[in-house]
Amino acid sequence: MKITTKLWIGLAVLVVLSPLGLIIPDHFKAGSAWGEWGGDEIKALVGYVPQGLEKLAGLWNAPIPDYAFKGWEAKGLPQLSLAYVISAIVGILFIVLTVILVGKLLVKKGG
Amino acid sequence: MHIPDGYLGPATCGIFYAVMLPIWTIASRIVKKTLQVKQVPILAIGAAFSFVIMMFNVPIPGGSTGHAVGGVLVAILLGPWAACIAITVALVIQALLFGDGGITAIGANCFNMAFVLPFVGYYVYNAISFNTPAESGRSALAAGIAGYIGINIAAIFAGVEFGLQPMLHHTAAGQALYCPYGLNVAVPAMAGEHLLVFGWVEAVVTALVIKYLQKQAPDYLQAKEA
Repeated sequence: MKITTKLWIGLAVLVVLSPLGLIIPDHFKAGSAWGEWGGDEIKALVGYVPQGLEKLAGLWNAPIPDYAFKGWEAKGLPQLSLAYVISAIVGILFIVLTVILVGKLLVKKGG
Repeated sequence: MHIPDGYLGPATCGIFYAVMLPIWTIASRIVKKTLQVKQVPILAIGAAFSFVIMMFNVPIPGGSTGHAVGGVLVAILLGPWAACIAITVALVIQALLFGDGGITAIGANCFNMAFVLPFVGYYVYNAISFNTPAESGRSALAAGIAGYIGINIAAIFAGVEFGLQPMLHHTAAGQALYCPYGLNVAVPAMAGEHLLVFGWVEAVVTALVIKYLQKQAPDYLQAKEA
């Protein structure tokens, strides 16, 4: 088997296992990454929401915010895990297409 | 380490976009010269790997979470400039599709994770594995150390960027406008987490994959020109 085939299989395994990145932090009651808090969290930490932060925080409406479907925020871990796996697949598809496009633009043929 | 929108003021965001622009330009030129057609799939796999490994959040029990970036690995395999492009692609997709890292902070996040991290990692790896065969145990160890140091230096940069904000932007009453924590909190927090936990994750991931490739595909491990 070609090494690239093996690596793609490895990636697929990582995609299937990716919900561990959701489930394990939940189990250990770990919160957001440092400096990646939402408005409510930051208010609890420092007592106020910085004005500029409040203005800029909603600047971008990501189609799949935080690797979960809109309206699924209150769903349980099984649904969130499914959304996480789908997010991983969608993300990888976009990334691979982008790199192939960049590659076509940058790399000369026959090199 | 994905700085969201609203944590960095406009000046900081602008500066890092301005800094990244020439870096992206140079990276494109160098990759254009050095990357071969058959390496494009590896570049795609590298970018996808970096993306998916960042989804594996590792908890500090009762505290925060963090993750590896996988960027040093890509730098060892394809050189730091190709890694810069691969990780940039991953970070831009994360910001646009998933809101992971801010749109305004793409410059800063790319500087930390797509520039500082792969370059530091790449040169540390080369310094330690200098004059040893790519298949040696020392090379795998060098990869782990490079991963650890690369992600930590990147985290310190992120900490400094966060920590400068209260100084740069505050109301007359002294309330911060953006990130509310100064250097005295942000740098130790970012550095501490990565030194103690997430740096080791990056180290293990980098060393294990290099070890696997040493067995399976040693020809991919020949030294890459910077």
